[in-house]
Amino acid sequence: MTDMKIIVAIKQVPERDAPLRIDSAAQWIGESGLRYAMNEPDAYALEEALRLKESAGTEGEVVAVSAGPERVGTTLREALAKGADRAIHIVCGDLASRDALAVARLLAAAIQPENPSLVLTGLQSEDLGQGQTGVILAELLGLPHASLIVQAEMTATGLKVKRELEEGWFQFIELPAPAVLTIQSGGNKLRYATLMGIKRAKTKPVRTLAAADLGLASAPAVILDQVTLPQKQKSTQMLSGSAEEAAAALVEKLKFEAKVL
Amino acid sequence: MSGILVVQEARKDGNTRAFQETLAAGRVLAGYTGLEIEAAGVGDSNSNLFAEFIGPPPAAAHAIEHPLLSRYTSDGYVLAFEQLIRKLQPAYAVFPHSYQARDFVPRLATRFSQALISDVTAIESGPAFVRQLFQGKMNAVYRHPGGGPCFVSIQSGAFRPDGTSGGVTTIDHFTPEIDAAQIRTRPGDPFRASAQTVDLGSAQRIVGVGRGIKDAANLPLVQDLASALGAELAASRPICDNGWLPMERQVGSSGQTVAPKLYVAAGISGAIQHLVGIKGSQCIVAINKDRDAPIFEVADYGIAGDLFEVLPALTAAVKKAK
Repeated sequence: MTDMKIIVAIKQVPERDAPLRIDSAAQWIGESGLRYAMNEPDAYALEEALRLKESAGTEGEVVAVSAGPERVGTTLREALAKGADRAIHIVCGDLASRDALAVARLLAAAIQPENPSLVLTGLQSEDLGQGQTGVILAELLGLPHASLIVQAEMTATGLKVKRELEEGWFQFIELPAPAVLTIQSGGNKLRYATLMGIKRAKTKPVRTLAAADLGLASAPAVILDQVTLPQKQKSTQMLSGSAEEAAAALVEKLKFEAKVL
Repeated sequence: MSGILVVQEARKDGNTRAFQETLAAGRVLAGYTGLEIEAAGVGDSNSNLFAEFIGPPPAAAHAIEHPLLSRYTSDGYVLAFEQLIRKLQPAYAVFPHSYQARDFVPRLATRFSQALISDVTAIESGPAFVRQLFQGKMNAVYRHPGGGPCFVSIQSGAFRPDGTSGGVTTIDHFTPEIDAAQIRTRPGDPFRASAQTVDLGSAQRIVGVGRGIKDAANLPLVQDLASALGAELAASRPICDNGWLPMERQVGSSGQTVAPKLYVAAGISGAIQHLVGIKGSQCIVAINKDRDAPIFEVADYGIAGDLFEVLPALTAAVKKAK
């Protein structure tokens, strides 16, 4: 068997608690001053990739790939610090204006020549949350896929994976490799980058590819027309004052208004 | 047909709530486009696939039948729906946003050089499709430029099935061409990880805890409130992922669905995956330090404040009121 090569597609997204505002064209958020982080499900995909490589015990490689502007480099360095062997940065300044198919095409163009044994990515991103990139990637690469995976192991014939279904149900799926898996959060405990890892990451190779070189721009399949603030579904009574005052007011409301105490 | 194809997910128990909601979404779309609705689903002649429609029935229903589809696989479903859609050429194909649809529809859409507009919460004139961004903190309005079918999936609970049932429609049987070798995955039987010993579904009061609690060591703060209220303890996904509470206490799309009289969301931002699990609650209280957290959009009462101050104060106030 040839050495295992696992590609992990990673997205950089605004930090979870980052204050968001709509940009002036109302077609995306204002990005200046925002802090960014690795998309959490992708962090789990990376973790699964590192574990698979370690458990195989043979010479193998984990390659992190990400599309986005220059700032994406920090997320790729984080992946390298955690144990990825090298990275591919698809430099692309207009990621947010591309639809899921267009982004997956970029990733597929970068991944195809690598001939991976396995491609992993998080099941969805925390910004757009479309939950499609991995599944589209599989189609573009002509590979089988399994989604919402919490556990994966290599077998003699390919892979055995544990897939999460709704309402606490699971199933095992067997599929041949190479394949694409989309990873659900929580399957493993995430590792931290060690000091040694951070130091090593500085010398690991990051290859940059220009999005424009990866293929033809095609007409968008869907258009994100406008970003808006959500409408309140209920009129929420906000209780103010000190913690004690708010708590007392709430208990009063729950008892006499909502009648649920 | 050049109309709207509403897709039903195959379940042993016949028509699902999700299908009726998807059909309701299809009717909203039909209202804006003037197009006719047809339904499709995988199931053999013996299944009661299109046994019931809430509201007016679709103009026709297509039962996709093939022995290789008796068990769901993405490869099988992509092949089957690809052939049906090429035959019918609908302008729109509308799916429930289920785990199953998430697994195969993006792949199906790619075969048509299309991208699925997923997890749609509202349809407006245009038609325009509204879906959430940033875990519910923002909304996005999407449009389809035309030229090929537009693939849409509908969020659970977003559209209300309305009207009388009892209407029937003609059922067309469609047998796709599928070869066993084209199905690359081998799915096993579904199972539950452990016997569910906590039934949150019937709890009258629930205190749910989220990331805001910061550390497992702080959990006694919510446990104290829960016991003062006589409530069950529940959690959003990250808490269970971290192993701070067992998976069986998870509420949301991958956990349990609850409908208590009182649901207190403590340090839960209100990502959609959690909200779908608590929609049936009679009264929702949100405590969160972020005033813009989406949980406040669905809460009846809110306290924007520090969990670590509010929780002990609330526990004390509840005890005092008894």
